[in-house]
Amino acid sequence: MRIGRGPGGRAAVIGIPYAWLAAFFLLPFLVVAKISVSEMETTSVKDIVAWKDGAIAFSLKFGNYLLLTQDSLYFSTYVASLNYAAVTTLLCLAIGYPFAYFMARSRRTLQPALLMLVMLPFWTSFLLRVYAWKALLSEQGLAANAIEAVGLDRVLAFFGLIPGPGQLMNTPFSLVLGMTYTYLPFMILPLYSNLTKMDLRLLEAASDLGATAWTAFWKITVPLSRAGIIAGAMLVFIPCVGEYVIPELLGGPQTQMIGRTLWDEFFSNNDWPMACTVAVTMVLLVIVPVAVFSRYQAEVQERRA
Amino acid sequence: MSAEAFLQIRNLVKEFDGHRAVDDVSIDIVKGEVFALLGSSGCGKTTLLRMLAGFETPTSGSITLEGQDLAGLPPYARPMNMMFQSYALFPHLSVADNIAFGLRRDGLPAAEVAARVDAMLKLVQLGAFAKRKPHQLSGGQQQRVALARSLAKKPRLLLLDEPLGALDKKLREETQIELANIIGDVGVSCVMVTHDQEEAMTMASRIAVMSQGRFLQVGAPNEVYETPTSRFVAGFIGNVNLMDGTLVEDEADHAVVDCGDVKHWVGHGITGTLGMPVTVALRPEKIRVGAEPPEPAPEIPAGEFNRVRGTVKDMAYFGSFTVYRLQLASGRILKISQSNTERHGASLTLRDVAWASWSPLAQVVLTQ
Repeated sequence: MRIGRGPGGRAAVIGIPYAWLAAFFLLPFLVVAKISVSEMETTSVKDIVAWKDGAIAFSLKFGNYLLLTQDSLYFSTYVASLNYAAVTTLLCLAIGYPFAYFMARSRRTLQPALLMLVMLPFWTSFLLRVYAWKALLSEQGLAANAIEAVGLDRVLAFFGLIPGPGQLMNTPFSLVLGMTYTYLPFMILPLYSNLTKMDLRLLEAASDLGATAWTAFWKITVPLSRAGIIAGAMLVFIPCVGEYVIPELLGGPQTQMIGRTLWDEFFSNNDWPMACTVAVTMVLLVIVPVAVFSRYQAEVQERRA
Repeated sequence: MSAEAFLQIRNLVKEFDGHRAVDDVSIDIVKGEVFALLGSSGCGKTTLLRMLAGFETPTSGSITLEGQDLAGLPPYARPMNMMFQSYALFPHLSVADNIAFGLRRDGLPAAEVAARVDAMLKLVQLGAFAKRKPHQLSGGQQQRVALARSLAKKPRLLLLDEPLGALDKKLREETQIELANIIGDVGVSCVMVTHDQEEAMTMASRIAVMSQGRFLQVGAPNEVYETPTSRFVAGFIGNVNLMDGTLVEDEADHAVVDCGDVKHWVGHGITGTLGMPVTVALRPEKIRVGAEPPEPAPEIPAGEFNRVRGTVKDMAYFGSFTVYRLQLASGRILKISQSNTERHGASLTLRDVAWASWSPLAQVVLTQ
């Protein structure tokens, strides 16, 4: 379909998303980046460009970035954020893949209902759902009782995920549980849409050529769902790195993540340049996997063309 | 074990929700033969093939390959391979890896797999394309990869599901001969499924015409074409004029069928009862057409047997032959196809009055 006449219409159509990104992503990012290299005065941030003695003077302060590398607190929170995000992504994949697989292979008439069930949690506020976990996992909570009844808390304690049996809340365990629970649909949906499109005759062909169902799954289904796995992993991993609410509600003192550090810099220390430095670094950390992903997507597109 | 008992299908039935997709089919397939299941969609031919491959479980009946009962054997354990309709090549694997897939499942050593893949690539003349992905190949090349993949494991029986169905007409004719040659060279026994009678005729040594889950007729291509045993088979394979009439004379050496404005003198007996309704099948290419009334054949008594007058209602020129539609006095249409053997032969034009005639052995009298 042609929208508009001539190159003008075309440019407009392509331009709108770019303009949107420039106005609402690039510009704020530049503002944040600017603050990150500025000096903090008592209540406000000093401008980096100043008119001084008839000349323009730039005063950039990179000390905050230097501090990031020197203070092990920042480094360890970044590592912890990436670590928790990675564990959450793996757990979502381990739970979401079989889920999406059986959804895609279930009866056609049943699939819309299953899809609805996956999306149903979105109907309740995210905050409420995370709060609910707080109640479920605290002492005498439903989930806590169930976990203690089957002795799972001893296993978790053995691996150091909780400080001791019966102490489930505010631990790495409760944090990862909350994040996995929250982000699972973001893993299932792209995987489902990928797996449901798969040509099932390929599995018949594999079976005909001597592959058992198990071999066919690993040799055919999994490689062909790679794009879905990557999309799901990105959708879980990226927001998890910067997650603030879940660590705040379900995490504990040992589960300091970068979102929390950011909050502290802004609102406890009132050190905006430092907070912005942390934010810029986080964006860079998250942009790398996105770049890898879009490159992969571009390759797929190119191969199809 | 006799050669006859290579593949035995006995009383095979497959029901889907009470509907019989395959209805009591029995057949013996000889080693080295190319057996075609021919029928329109929904006739059960694909279901039969899928039961052979192991993708469907028969409701009852048995399939025996070289004395081994295949019941309960999953597809991956059957000594046969299938070339799928539109090929089902693995899109993420290269041509070589597609061909090697089955060999690797057998746990063959890498060197042996590589040698076998090379041999298969050579067989289908795709050596230069080993590293390509399926989507980088043309339809004809994909078809050859699919063939190579299904032959790589040296199956005892090759199953072909509409092997040429995904190709356009021009390519199909070329590929048909190529495919038949490769299968002939390898010497593998084949069961193929097709809805295309030309494909079945050129490739198969025997054809089973299927309708509603049953075999209507099984025979060599020329047998099925020249001596169909039922109206359905006569109508399904090739073009035919079907004329309903009654048997008025039935002797040892001839029979006469009265079809109203056409009276057939058939050069053999029919063993029917006089007055019974029959159908005469007459192929368009067995009819001669001309402007002058033809001389009756010497063995036919003088009279209006095996010839009829009509008006050219339509004609279509196909280059090597012309198809005429002659309208008879009763309004009935007679299809005639005449090969154009001479460049400037006397030709008929539209609305000409013309005579059609045929020999006493041209017709087939069908009683069912």
